[in-house]
Amino acid sequence: MVELTASAPFDAGMERTIGAVTLRAAETGPVTALMPYAGQERALSAALERAHGLEFPAAGRMTSAGQARCLWSGLDQAMLIGVEPDPALADHAAVVAQSDGWAALTLTGDAVADVLARLVPVDLRPAAFEQGASIRSELGHMMVILARTGPQQVTVMGFRSMAGTLLHELENAMTALAARPKG
Amino acid sequence: MRLPCPLCGSRDHREFTYQGAAVMLDRPAPDAGAEAWDSYVHLRDNPAGATRELWYHGAGCGAWLVVARDTVTHAVFGAELARQVRR
Repeated sequence: MVELTASAPFDAGMERTIGAVTLRAAETGPVTALMPYAGQERALSAALERAHGLEFPAAGRMTSAGQARCLWSGLDQAMLIGVEPDPALADHAAVVAQSDGWAALTLTGDAVADVLARLVPVDLRPAAFEQGASIRSELGHMMVILARTGPQQVTVMGFRSMAGTLLHELENAMTALAARPKG
Repeated sequence: MRLPCPLCGSRDHREFTYQGAAVMLDRPAPDAGAEAWDSYVHLRDNPAGATRELWYHGAGCGAWLVVARDTVTHAVFGAELARQVRR
């Protein structure tokens, strides 16, 4: 049996600061798609509560408990992140391992909303995109999940196969914003 | 143009794909006859005014929506999940 060495989507500890925004590679841990069967959303939420201490999130929201986070990611779909899913969840939902399918970054700083405004057609200023919000939209032409993970921080999750493009798009936007005269 | 997705809120139209008139939801019975099926597959109204259309929120929640809008004034009246309209 060949032992394969796992590699991360971005260099470990990658960190770039351009202007008022710092971009960092984010470690997600296990990522699992939870897709409740018809009429099973409440049962799934109860099972999640028992196993991991958090509820199935409402549309556009994120729930968290300790290391575990559950990010709403579409119609009848959320991503459980940071913990291995309890086998009991499979009674109520399609449970699909996607750990190696996603690449996550965090953007931190005063100008995060200004950078993302160049790429995402949704208002991501803190007043409109408050703590606990998790949405699905596009960044450039890529599908992404965006979550507010701090007062000045947004986590961006994109498809791992497009990790290079995601980084390129964000660095371009950060560079272009930083080049604008102040005031 | 912005569409009011019931799950995601008001979103830019670049996130959506247009499919066509919402008559696609009224699929005739398999034995409804050639005329009903011809109408379902091929015949569409071309209204100037209020319409109901199917839009796919592909770059958002992934839901099919029934959007009510006016082709003359461009007003968008609202949107519902297609699966709830069907029910």
